[in-house]
Amino acid sequence: MLARLGLEAEEEDYYAQQLSGILEHIGRLGELDTDSIKPTAQAVPLEARLRQDQPEPGLTQEQALANAPERRSGFFVVKAIQDPEP
Amino acid sequence: MSALHEEGLVQLHRLLVDREVSAAEVLDDQLAAIERREPEVHAYLRLTDELARAQAAEADRRLAAGDGVGALTGIPVALKDVLCVAGVETTAGSKILRGYRPPTDATVVRRLREAGAVFLGMTNCDEFAMGSSTENSSYGPTRNPVDARRVPGGSSGGSAAAVGAGEAVVSLGTDTGGSIRQPAALCGVVGVKPTYGRVSRFGLIAFASSLDQVGPFARSVADAAHVLQAISGLDPRDATSADRPADLLGELEGGVEGMRLGVPREYFEIEGMETGVRVAVEQALAALERAGAELVEVSLPHTDYGLAAYYIIAPAEASSNLARFDSVRYGMRDESATNLLETYLRTRRHGFGPEVRRRVMLGTYALSAGYYDAYYLKAQKVRTLIAQDFTAAFEHCDAIVSATSPCVAFPLGAKTEDPLQMYLNDVLTLPASLAGLPGVSLPCGSSWNLPVGLQVLAPQWEDARALRVARAFEALQVSQPQPSGEGSR
Repeated sequence: MLARLGLEAEEEDYYAQQLSGILEHIGRLGELDTDSIKPTAQAVPLEARLRQDQPEPGLTQEQALANAPERRSGFFVVKAIQDPEP
Repeated sequence: MSALHEEGLVQLHRLLVDREVSAAEVLDDQLAAIERREPEVHAYLRLTDELARAQAAEADRRLAAGDGVGALTGIPVALKDVLCVAGVETTAGSKILRGYRPPTDATVVRRLREAGAVFLGMTNCDEFAMGSSTENSSYGPTRNPVDARRVPGGSSGGSAAAVGAGEAVVSLGTDTGGSIRQPAALCGVVGVKPTYGRVSRFGLIAFASSLDQVGPFARSVADAAHVLQAISGLDPRDATSADRPADLLGELEGGVEGMRLGVPREYFEIEGMETGVRVAVEQALAALERAGAELVEVSLPHTDYGLAAYYIIAPAEASSNLARFDSVRYGMRDESATNLLETYLRTRRHGFGPEVRRRVMLGTYALSAGYYDAYYLKAQKVRTLIAQDFTAAFEHCDAIVSATSPCVAFPLGAKTEDPLQMYLNDVLTLPASLAGLPGVSLPCGSSWNLPVGLQVLAPQWEDARALRVARAFEALQVSQPQPSGEGSR
């Protein structure tokens, strides 16, 4: 549900079986003692680079909206958050 | 001039500059070759012939004027369907992006465009670059040009197959855990995964951001080096791209005499290593030794844990990256829903294929409260151990040489029902990805008449060294051809 995948009940067994096989393999990481090891956040050392705080050209409103499934008056349109009253 | 499409970039460049042929002629021959091979191979999701003709005409203007001509001017290039091309449908092999036309070029695409390259089309790939066979594409599989009953590898299978089949001179792919090197190996072509940070990812549809890199496929090491040179370099629009200019061509012919080549014991004992692959790689090592390299046995003791660490880190990052496909700003929308939440659920249910769903589930689980330390943090620590393995090994050698894939191209459908078996294809490429290293795969003979790939890894930023070792081996191959050849090229 968290991932919003819309999983159906009949698919749950199929994925559960495959994922438990993968998780079993992943479980072997538990064999390693990593208490004193630092996690890798970036594999390659990077320096933070800053740029001048000046506006640069970006997308126009038309470009930004061009791929939207539905739009109106320059806005993205989505379905109502709640179902309409019957 | 009937076989222009079989020429390499370097040879075509010479012919173009000398005005022996025009870019338009090169393109016509290339499109004819695509028409012949494409029904069998299905390397492309869509061709961009109109754009290509305009680009070829522009290249011919530049060539005639002798102005703004570089190695890529007039060269036909194929692009993996995860690289945004302004105004050209780009779908990442997914139904959820059907019809998406990016407003801007990816930086690598812009650089090729400015260099005068000619874009043939978008190549097939596993959905969102998740897979090792190109069978996870929403638009049908690509077939291996050497044997059409077999997969081309993946996820950049279309880009590898296009180059292997003579349907492109060079192409771009992306490599997250082996998605350039493994298909290059299975199709018998050269593939390069650069150091993480060498190439900008701006405009690449993201899979796993701490791993993704863009790189070239070609039929020779020099051709691949030319493409990598053209796409490399700092890009203010990708904060992970580095300011580390490099001459990737200068050292290419330096040879291997006096170089120490590390042979990792664990990479020859890995689960699923086929005898024919091991024999071909051992013969390659012997040839490199005869050419003056010193072979040094090295150890990468955490190799067996690479797959497990990768299948936490990459899905975790993917689950986050793919959250953007909410059918609001772009992508398909399932119109049957009556409210917003239902729209998300139905769109993602029908828009994503099974492998993408598996990985999003796995990644969401690994990042969820209560499991973060046990999975994601643990995997990032193991990633440190894997990187330390390489650092220690490179104290004893200049580059590491092994097989790229433990197996040759397998039949379509052979591994689709068992995700873990599919993941094991990448067991020799994943560790270098986790460590951010550059790697080259190039053909080294065959097993069962199918291509075997040799992988050359180098320390971070030493892409030129990996290319040099690869080129040295390639030069030995040309002077001593393998009796079994490498298929139908």
